[in-house]
Amino acid sequence: MNPSNYVILSALLFGIGTLGVLTRRNAIVVFMSVELMLNAANLAFVAFARMNGNLDGQVVAFFVMVVAAAEVVVGLAIIVQIFRSRRSASIDEPNLLKY
Amino acid sequence: MNSFPWLTVLGLVPLVGSIVVALLPKSRPALAKQLAFAISLVVLGLVVVIALQFNGSASEPFQFVEFHDWIPAFGVTYSLGVDGIGLVLIALSAVLVPITILAGWNDVEEPNAESVGSVKGYFALILALETLMIGVFAATDVFLFYVFFEAMLIPIYFMIGRYGGAQRSYAAMKFLIYSLLGGLFMLAAMIGLFVASAKITGQGTFNWFALVGLNIDPTTQKFLFLGFFFAFAIKAPLWPFHTWLPDAAGASKPGTAVLLLGVLDKVGTFGMLRYCLPIFPAASDFYAPFIIALAVIGIFYGAFVALGQNDLKRLFAYSSMSHFGFIILGIFVFTSVGISGSTVYMIAHGLSTAALFLTAGFLMQRHKGSSLLSDYSGVNKPAPVLAGFFLFAALASLALPGLVSFVGEFMVLLGTFQRYMWVGGIATLGIVITAAYVLRVYQKSMTGPVGSGLEDIKDLNGREITALVPIVLLTIFLGLYPAPVLNVVNPAVDTVMTVIGATNPEPTVGLSSTTSKGAQQ
Amino acid sequence: MQEVMPATGVFSLLWLLIALPLVGSAILLLGGRKLNKWGAYLGVFTVLIDAVIAIAMLIAMMGNSAEQRTFSQNQFSWMFAGNFKVDMAFQIDQLSMVFVLLITIVGTLIHIYSLGYMSHDPDKRKFFGFLNLFIAAMLLLILANNYLLLYVGWEGVGLASYLLISFWQIKPTAAAAGKKAFIINRVGDVGLGLAIMVMFVTFGSVGFQEVFGSAGQASEGTLTAIGLLLLLAACGKSAQFPLQAWLLDAMEGPTPVSALIHAATMVTAGVYLIARSHAIFDIATTAATAVVIVGVITMFMGAVIGSAKDDIKKSLAGSTMSQIGYMVLAAGLGPIGYVFAIFHLLTHGVFKAGLFLGAGSVMHGMNDNVNMRRYGALRTAMYVTYATFIIGTLSIMGIPPFSGFWSKDSIIHAAFESNTLVGVLTIIAAAITGFYMTRMAAMTFYGKARWEDDVHPHESPKVMTIPLIILAIGSTFLGMGLLFWGNIETWLEPVVGIQKEEIAIPEALLMAITLVLVLAGAAYGWIQYARREVPTIAPRGSWLTRAARQDLYGDVINDTLVVQPSFWVSRFLVWFDGSWIDGLVNGSAAFFGGLSGRLRHYQTGFIRSYALSMVGGAVLVVLALVLVRLS
Repeated sequence: MNPSNYVILSALLFGIGTLGVLTRRNAIVVFMSVELMLNAANLAFVAFARMNGNLDGQVVAFFVMVVAAAEVVVGLAIIVQIFRSRRSASIDEPNLLKY
Repeated sequence: MNSFPWLTVLGLVPLVGSIVVALLPKSRPALAKQLAFAISLVVLGLVVVIALQFNGSASEPFQFVEFHDWIPAFGVTYSLGVDGIGLVLIALSAVLVPITILAGWNDVEEPNAESVGSVKGYFALILALETLMIGVFAATDVFLFYVFFEAMLIPIYFMIGRYGGAQRSYAAMKFLIYSLLGGLFMLAAMIGLFVASAKITGQGTFNWFALVGLNIDPTTQKFLFLGFFFAFAIKAPLWPFHTWLPDAAGASKPGTAVLLLGVLDKVGTFGMLRYCLPIFPAASDFYAPFIIALAVIGIFYGAFVALGQNDLKRLFAYSSMSHFGFIILGIFVFTSVGISGSTVYMIAHGLSTAALFLTAGFLMQRHKGSSLLSDYSGVNKPAPVLAGFFLFAALASLALPGLVSFVGEFMVLLGTFQRYMWVGGIATLGIVITAAYVLRVYQKSMTGPVGSGLEDIKDLNGREITALVPIVLLTIFLGLYPAPVLNVVNPAVDTVMTVIGATNPEPTVGLSSTTSKGAQQ
Repeated sequence: MQEVMPATGVFSLLWLLIALPLVGSAILLLGGRKLNKWGAYLGVFTVLIDAVIAIAMLIAMMGNSAEQRTFSQNQFSWMFAGNFKVDMAFQIDQLSMVFVLLITIVGTLIHIYSLGYMSHDPDKRKFFGFLNLFIAAMLLLILANNYLLLYVGWEGVGLASYLLISFWQIKPTAAAAGKKAFIINRVGDVGLGLAIMVMFVTFGSVGFQEVFGSAGQASEGTLTAIGLLLLLAACGKSAQFPLQAWLLDAMEGPTPVSALIHAATMVTAGVYLIARSHAIFDIATTAATAVVIVGVITMFMGAVIGSAKDDIKKSLAGSTMSQIGYMVLAAGLGPIGYVFAIFHLLTHGVFKAGLFLGAGSVMHGMNDNVNMRRYGALRTAMYVTYATFIIGTLSIMGIPPFSGFWSKDSIIHAAFESNTLVGVLTIIAAAITGFYMTRMAAMTFYGKARWEDDVHPHESPKVMTIPLIILAIGSTFLGMGLLFWGNIETWLEPVVGIQKEEIAIPEALLMAITLVLVLAGAAYGWIQYARREVPTIAPRGSWLTRAARQDLYGDVINDTLVVQPSFWVSRFLVWFDGSWIDGLVNGSAAFFGGLSGRLRHYQTGFIRSYALSMVGGAVLVVLALVLVRLS
């Protein structure tokens, strides 16, 4: 099977994730979209590793998973905190860090 | 004997002292002062020991050389060494630090509504600054020099920003940003220098000895020179990069101002002499006319602005700018007399500025801290000793013959005249304006009827006189017998002259008698 | 050419001549109040010892043959770098010798006089410290063997003069006068400094022997430049036109200072400088002519000012300017005149010191009032002062057989030898001298008493009158002594050279004409100020009188041409510095501050817009990569 299909799939996933981040207001959904983008990247890494015949991409994919897991921990904690204080998970509302 | 790392030890003593002073309990401010003073005296003693071992007639101008790899990947070394010029400037720093500490004994109070810094902090900063001053004059590696050069900003920033007067935040920030800007250009030029040296030798280096005589191509030299020179011109300061100085000096404690103008600014002129000239001879030659023009403008500009100032500290800052015009002029005329004269002038200016700022500081302390000239009148009557020292400082500043400032000023002017007759002639006119503004200050503040609130101010006390006497004695001694300085400086100057390939102009009419045997080719 | 001998025997004490008063000055100034009691005596003592050493040197010098009277003493290398080298070295020859004698002997007398004059001053110790400093600097000026060391003495006497003029610095006028003297002198110093530089660039040395030895090889243009610069220096120090304005104000200082510094010694340093540099002026004839012109102008300016002033010290100061004008013009005449310039300098040093001290003695008895319109009929009240003052007056007028006659007559004669016009001018100036000195003597000692109410004139104490008597004896006999017994011409000839020319008029006739004119001037003065009533309020006077009372507008000219423009420049630059240079610096800081103030508005806090810009950026990067790959 042609590995380039995996790359195309990965690009599609990445695009969906990007659109999700840009268009959705709910923090949880945005977060899921980010995860989608990360995993799209993972897929691309693995596909390229396969195409190039070495393990570098696969190793990086593991790194990404670890980082993503850590990010989920921190990110979800922040979202929960925001939800507790504001009774809302919309990402458009917390804008205290503007100019 | 030379294997003993004298310079490293010399630099470490005040650093260790600074840390110890900073760690003392806050409740013992007196102990901090005494300890700081003792350490500065130890440093002075060490400098004397080093100076005595320094061989003025040795074939190799750099002595007490230390050399260790630091960051081998970038050719950075920890290398120290002094030639005559570095030695006398280190000696100047070592003399001025204990004087500053002694004179500023009661200048700093415990934190209150007006000041935020602690007593021990001030003295710890002075000692830290001393380490950096020694390092900057002793470094023979451009990178190491740069590190010291930039690190010096930190203690001075805090000394102005935490212990200064009303305008301290503004002045400290202006000083820091202006200096950092200069340093940034120098950093870029330094990296460029590394790359250029790598192109020529294959192995990039920051080592001064390797960089001198490297024959970098003239176009590159012109760019790199500007980077270095810009940093030094701000530090010196050369017109028109001077406006940080009056603000910084005006907002500083007298002691801070002494170290700032007396030593720190010398780093600028020292840098021109040590780095700009030997490493970029072609560029120095190319830019010399422009720099000379700026220096001459600076001489007159500073003097005229000083003539119209009402704030004593700002006035002295502008007068220093005028003096720095002379020093820079002497360096860039490329004659032995001019360069030697500039070095002597650096010493002389350090001493006379110290005397001026300290006496002015003693005066201000006695009159609600006012630094406005118009607030003073007739001080000579209640405080004749103070007025006497002030007059002496003023005379030293106007380069009265018999004082060391005259040796420096005359040699600079003579060296200039040798090379550029008209420039020398015009610059000489500066001595009239110098006399005018210096004597104006004395006349307004010290003579005439006694001003209100000044009737019963106290004359100088023993501590204050003790701080000033060494300056006075040195100024007179070196004025009548400058040989100790000239003996060590001249060989270093000759080296610079050889490196930049300049020769002294010969007299137009040969001497018929036998006295020309001392003349060099 | 003179032979230079090593300084052995009594000449090995050359350095001590300078060191003694210098140490004395240091002790007096640094010693503190403990020395108030006997400090003044120490000041007198050091100068007295100097005078004794100087006399011993004179005797030793006379023992040598004329060619072996130059002694040099090298102490150590002073400044050196590259091909530049100046030694701390002293030299004495016949010319220096007569100056050393004048300085130390007149100096001693004035020191002694000051013991009385300053006896009530709380700062007496300081006064003697400054006087000693002056003696040291003046001797250094005279004894230096190179121009740079001379320069040290040159500014040193300027400093002492500054300190002593503004000695009573609680008076704003005194402080201002001192500052003015120093700054105008500095203008002259620029000339000397530049002359030294030209010498070094030309000859490679600044030593007297070397410069004079090779002066012949330099181009005339160079020598003219050196000569004119030296003339500028001399104008500053000797209060010659156009740098004359400081001398009249300098009378703010205590009277002994006016006598010692501003009459007898320091102000004549310019004449010394020109005579010393005769090797240059001999060749640079243009510069020498300029010297004569300056001398003539000042001779008349001083005489006119001296005739109009009512302040006795200022009138004497005008006279000093005028007499130094005589010396300067004589020095400008070349070998015809050098000797007589020095001759007049010596006699003038003695009789003018006597006149000033006499004026001081009058002031001492008149509650320090200097206004001659408030004097009158003092000859009975202070007889010694009167008698010595009259001797001084006769001497300066040039009445035989007093000292001034011999020296002034020699100058007039030399002027005729060189140029009849200059000769005639010197005679006219002599007539004016007759007028203003008679006026001064008449207003002070004759006529009716016009004293203020609480004044009780009295003779000064012995310590003041004895120096007056000694100076009066000098004013009488010094001229004859130097001319006939001392042979001043042959004495100075080896140093400055001498040359005689024939003149058209017989010598006796010339003398007679001069004398008649002087007496005519004196008679006019007598009629105006002794026979007629002198009003206590000055009448308006002619335009010339009014101009002379304003110092011939010297101050006004300096003020409009130099002082005011300087302050304008200063004010402009202060403004320029604050608004433009610092404005540029602070402006660039403000620019970046403003820029960041605008840019931060792009930080909206709207997270999805950040995300969009990130995506946009990423797309741009990818596009760029693709474009690079494709091209």
